[in-house]
Amino acid sequence: MELSGAEIITRCLQEEKIKFVFGYPGGAVLDIYDAIFKQDYFKHILVRHEQAAVHAADAYSRSTGLVGVALVTSGPGATNAITGIATAYMDSIPMVVISGQVSTPGIGMDAFQEVDMVGITRPCVKHNFLVKDVNELASTIKKAFYIAASGRPGPVVIDIPKDITQFKAKFSYPKTVAMRSYNPVLKGHSGQIKKAIKLLLEAKRPMIYTGGGVVLGDASALLVKLVKKLGYPVTNTLMGLGGYPATDEQFLGMLGMHGTLEANMAMQQSDVILAVGARFDDRVVGNPAHFLNQPRTIIHIDVDPSSISKRVKVDVPIVGDVKNVLTDMLALLDESDKTPSESALKAWWQLINGWRKEKCLEFDRSSDIIKPQDVIEKLWQVTKGEAFVTSDVGQHQMWAAQYYKFDKPRRWINSGGLGTMGVGLPYAMGVQLAHPEAQVACITGEGSIQMNIQELSTCNQFHLPIKVILLNNRYLGMVRQWQQFFYENRYSESYMDSLPDFVKLAESYGHVGMKIENPADIEGALKEAFALKDRFVFMNFITDQKENVFPMVPNGKGLSELILAERITVEDL
Amino acid sequence: MKHLISLLMENEAGALSRVAGLFSARGYNIESLTVAPTEDPTLSRMTIVTSGSEEVIEQIIKQLNKLVDVVKVLDLNDGRFIERELMLVKVKATGVFRDEMQRMCEIFRGRIIDVADNSYIIELTGSGSKLDAFLDAIDKTAILETVRTGASGIGRGERILKL
Ligand SMILES: Cc1ncc(C[n+]2csc(CCOP(=O)(O)OP(=O)(O)O)c2C)c(N)n1
Repeated sequence: MELSGAEIITRCLQEEKIKFVFGYPGGAVLDIYDAIFKQDYFKHILVRHEQAAVHAADAYSRSTGLVGVALVTSGPGATNAITGIATAYMDSIPMVVISGQVSTPGIGMDAFQEVDMVGITRPCVKHNFLVKDVNELASTIKKAFYIAASGRPGPVVIDIPKDITQFKAKFSYPKTVAMRSYNPVLKGHSGQIKKAIKLLLEAKRPMIYTGGGVVLGDASALLVKLVKKLGYPVTNTLMGLGGYPATDEQFLGMLGMHGTLEANMAMQQSDVILAVGARFDDRVVGNPAHFLNQPRTIIHIDVDPSSISKRVKVDVPIVGDVKNVLTDMLALLDESDKTPSESALKAWWQLINGWRKEKCLEFDRSSDIIKPQDVIEKLWQVTKGEAFVTSDVGQHQMWAAQYYKFDKPRRWINSGGLGTMGVGLPYAMGVQLAHPEAQVACITGEGSIQMNIQELSTCNQFHLPIKVILLNNRYLGMVRQWQQFFYENRYSESYMDSLPDFVKLAESYGHVGMKIENPADIEGALKEAFALKDRFVFMNFITDQKENVFPMVPNGKGLSELILAERITVEDL
Repeated sequence: MKHLISLLMENEAGALSRVAGLFSARGYNIESLTVAPTEDPTLSRMTIVTSGSEEVIEQIIKQLNKLVDVVKVLDLNDGRFIERELMLVKVKATGVFRDEMQRMCEIFRGRIIDVADNSYIIELTGSGSKLDAFLDAIDKTAILETVRTGASGIGRGERILKL
């Protein structure tokens, strides 16, 4: 039997076991929407802006490991999706975005709502396709899902002209894909792995540094085994949080620009680093020249060869899926009769515990203005560390990363690579739909939340009981902090004026609104909000306007050159 | 250092722009780029002439390999190879130039492939540096127009870039 292109699309999504499609209709995708109307396998989530559709699909993927799917129309629908696609690309999130396109005869004619989607997305997708023949539609969709999820994952765009969705073809969904041009390396080189184990066992000041690759590669359990077996310190990047349990004593906290003193100092002073699914980016190692001042040996496991030796030269590269490589490493360790030097390790931990004693994340607990750190800490307590936490971008994001202790992977959902303000609320939607029973908190700022505030409507329509934790400092806080430090307090355009009454705004969308101004009320309010299990609650915390994020490694500086608090540097210790 | 990179990729619409886009997005040098289908019409072969430190070249190779349409990449500079480029030069062929251009053409083993009242077209193949040398050797004022294909490269002997 022949199906229309549109029907083929919905059938393919069914074959891929897709439960949710996040989207927004328009002329070029009317046939696809008609086919959606006639099926009941997956649920379509109608957002209020295409950017939010892509973010929600992205977060659905981040929190489940499955491929997220978004659907947008041509032209403005497609361009509205770009920020979402670029955000997912930077964090290697597997996603398939289907965009409508004008009918094939119209392509290149400046037709109504025509935009060169394949051209515009090329730099921010893992791959993209323009489907020009309905007979190739199903196989293209199969390829798209395969490419998105395999190797180093990433978003794939399929641009589908309207006439292709109307033409008919015989439907058969390929069972497998073979592409001569695309064969990711998954198994690590055994010689390199042997070398790595030898170096690790001989290390005097070892450091295990892990990133988003451990979370994306579902390798947390293996990482824990390895770290426990070796007894070495471990740090996570912003994207890697939850990859190793934050409440474990071997965890030194996050490293990097706003990382802890102990993580950054240990990283800098280590003699052997095992990097797992992390990429030594500028927010992590600061100035690479300063980082390389210290002689050390670096072992780097990554599924993407181009991530290895990109910013920092690596001594032992291991290309492969982190899960496979860690499994092989553990097997070798089991066989080995060597063990790490106890005395060296003891001395190393002593040094580390000295840095720990500085308690770099301590904050003023006696203030009568709400401290943002206090809110996050209490949120962690009230949710028993079990919540899924999405975040926007800014100071609140860093506080969330520092003070919410993630013990499980896929619980911390934020835009690390692109740093996209506005992701928080749509991220929470994707997460809540994937985990209807879970507690989902969206930590945000008054700047960020207003970038996708229209989604309050979507949350109402789909009864999503998200809790928004707004740390309202009336500033674009992260911008203000940089202006304070590096632009002599010239707060150029960083004050957020004319804010709405967030309580009334939430209520007008059918939600519960709360305003919290007194530190003594934080815990009670959080408990009250989370007790409203089936309600969306918007919590407007009025916080200290001038609070800064510490520690901080200023841009272009080295990891050990961090500022601990107002005007205290490591040299002052 | 200058490198010649050879690659095989799917002969599909847009594949070329993925390679070109990669070079511009990551700020890699591109001196020349040539591409044409191979004896297997589903595959195109490209030669890219680029330059950079060893680290940059290593990244270029890795990034090219990462493109989904790219099947195989070879850094020709890793071994012995042959580089050839074709150049067409239209030169003045009046007065003293008429004989001189013919002589220079012979020295460089070129061919005159078009003769007009006032000009010749000279065809020359060789490495990029040989073509440069020819342009340096002749009187600048005699050059009316030049067009070059960009380099094509192939490994010597056993070095074969094939599926
Ligand atoms: C879309 C977008 N535009 C601009 C920026 C630059 N930026 C980074 S943080 C920040 C301020 C965020 O303010 P807010 O959401 O209020 O959070 P706060 O820092 O106050 O916690 C800005 C403007 C960005 N990251 N994303």
